[in-house]
Amino acid sequence: MMIRIMLPAHLRMLARLGSGEVTVQVEGAVTQRSVLDALELAYPMLRGTIRDHATQQRRPFVRFFACEEDRSHEPPDAPLPEAVAAGSEPLMIVGAMAGG
Amino acid sequence: MPGVRVLVGTRKGAFVLTSDERRQEWDISGPHFGGWEIYHIKGSPVDPSRIYVSQSGGWFGQIIQRSDDGGATWEPVGNAFAYDGVPGTHQWYDGTQHPWEFTRVWHLEPSLTDPDTVYAGVEDAALFRSTDAGQTWQELSGLRRHTTGPSWQPGAGGMCLHTIRLDPANPNRIVVAISAAGAFRSDDGGETWKPINRGLRSEGIPDADAEVGHCVHSIAMHPAHPDVLYMQKHWDVMRSDNAGDLWHEVSGNLPSDFGFPIAVHAHEPETIYVVPIKSDSEHFPPEGKLRVYRSRTGGDAWEALTTGLPQQDCYVNVLRDAMAVDSLDSCGIYFGTTGGQVYASPDGGDTWSAIMRDLPAVLSVEVQTLP
Repeated sequence: MMIRIMLPAHLRMLARLGSGEVTVQVEGAVTQRSVLDALELAYPMLRGTIRDHATQQRRPFVRFFACEEDRSHEPPDAPLPEAVAAGSEPLMIVGAMAGG
Repeated sequence: MPGVRVLVGTRKGAFVLTSDERRQEWDISGPHFGGWEIYHIKGSPVDPSRIYVSQSGGWFGQIIQRSDDGGATWEPVGNAFAYDGVPGTHQWYDGTQHPWEFTRVWHLEPSLTDPDTVYAGVEDAALFRSTDAGQTWQELSGLRRHTTGPSWQPGAGGMCLHTIRLDPANPNRIVVAISAAGAFRSDDGGETWKPINRGLRSEGIPDADAEVGHCVHSIAMHPAHPDVLYMQKHWDVMRSDNAGDLWHEVSGNLPSDFGFPIAVHAHEPETIYVVPIKSDSEHFPPEGKLRVYRSRTGGDAWEALTTGLPQQDCYVNVLRDAMAVDSLDSCGIYFGTTGGQVYASPDGGDTWSAIMRDLPAVLSVEVQTLP
């Protein structure tokens, strides 16, 4: 399945992506883990920036939004919404509003 | 034509300044990596086209960038800094034991002989090495596994390994400094380490001359005299004539012996530079006067260098990695401030001018002397 992902500007720049969304191919269940695995496979420079290298936990100031809901606290293997799996809605990876 | 390339890391990106040997006019490129904290950016002494950058931020963690063309283009390389084995614990602010956790790379030190080898000093304190130009990193864990490791405590800025000095006369000798554990030396290429803090006295710790626990801010070494080390400690400017086995104080007539960076003249191993700061709570120059102090006697006797530097109402700081020298015939001295100025002196400190101002707070300044 082709999954749409919206990345924050800093990560788009790091991965040399233009504006807009990136799409990745995911086989099997569409979860945070499978989508991020596919994203990091396609763009290895993103490893460690969304999930910690060692723990694979979401970094504290990164959030996952989908279908107008915050999915950040969902287990990484929980299915993402049907609309994300179907490619009609993107998974939004967001830098939290914080910092100076 | 000889020239220099000044590499400036700031709170919100990196800047590269280049000039010919007169060092009067500067071409500026940047910001590179805008919005990211650039704790350190340093070029290989073997291949000036090779530059390594520590890029980090609260949102997306640590990135290492590498340039192979003198900073024109950059490539993200490896950013996995995995502690060797089970990391264990060190002492936390509240006295409990806290697991070693990687936060960021404070300092990158390219090898003196191999452009593909580079060392990284990280927080929580550990030393890593890459031998494939930054693609992969391996911890030199003998340092963190030193018997004193569990007693190391973070300073206010975190428990960071911020200083790495490589001995050009002895490829097996590495000197590092950790806040707030102190200085350590390896004589076997990084396998085993010993604290080198004898002679340091720190009134802010229970045992003022303890084996570890000293808040070392920076260490400088002249390549022609690598057994002579100069240290800016939290308080006190110190000197060792035996590679750190024993230190003695050389603060002499400084108006304050608190400060962060220390540097050595490229051609005069006994000429050293510090920037006195009023105190550990007032991180600005005494009397609002930004003064670099120079000693031509390896310490003790100091003179203020003020020409071209603000002498009233100046309340900036100069951080530990934000001072560097070039090796042109007339040695240039450079430093950056938390107020966003980069000052340069093309004449060993006699006269200064701002070669860039109004930057984000400057975290690091390094210089490459170009053929």
